[in-house]
Amino acid sequence: MSSKRPIHTIKRPVNLDLSSIQFPLPALVSISHRVTGVIMFVGLAFMLWAFSVSLSSPQGFEAVKDVMTDNALAKLITWGLLASVAIHFVAGIRHLFMDMHVADTLEGGQRTAQITMVASAVLVILAGVWVW
Amino acid sequence: MVTNITNLGRSGVSDWLIQRVTAIVLALYTVFIVAYMLFHPELDYATWSALFQRTWMRIFTLLAFLSIAAHAWSGLWIISTDYIKHAYARLGVQTFIIVALFVFVVWGVQVLWGA
Repeated sequence: MSSKRPIHTIKRPVNLDLSSIQFPLPALVSISHRVTGVIMFVGLAFMLWAFSVSLSSPQGFEAVKDVMTDNALAKLITWGLLASVAIHFVAGIRHLFMDMHVADTLEGGQRTAQITMVASAVLVILAGVWVW
Repeated sequence: MVTNITNLGRSGVSDWLIQRVTAIVLALYTVFIVAYMLFHPELDYATWSALFQRTWMRIFTLLAFLSIAAHAWSGLWIISTDYIKHAYARLGVQTFIIVALFVFVVWGVQVLWGA
């Protein structure tokens, strides 16, 4: 650290208008990995509620089963969480491969981003089929 | 070396490893639970509660709960430090996340061993 100059005085290109930026596919995979992570954190309350009530008694189990088969909102939440798990899972596997230096080049990253998108989309649809 | 006082392992390399190990635990647990549900389409209370009476399943589930807490903390720490520039706001959000994850683990342990 030779320069004590505050960072905001350094002239550098800054573009905070996100709508003017073309997002490459790996960037979309990265941000969806983050978004689904936050969704699952918020959804923990729902998951633990279902887990807790389903194990509390036979009546509790039936109550969770009923709400997940009859209530449209509960189904939507379940599907949203399953979809988030699927997207986060596939993107995470991609990270583990890159850690092992598999497809960690620019071309490789773009190719695995495409694979991740397709695999996620298939799993999200399958999750929907499962819930409905 | 850059050190932080709010991240999980106090160093990026430590966080990186914890994140990977917990990711593998959670991936295995997810695959197990999804496979179990798919193989038991007519699941009832007796079968479901018997599964969580088993010691290995309780340990596996506890490991998953602890992994969720550690994995969520390392991930949400990264996201909060990236996007929340205001120090007090960031600290507030991070405190909320830690308390929420602590409550989650305690509640989860109560469900596992309480019933």
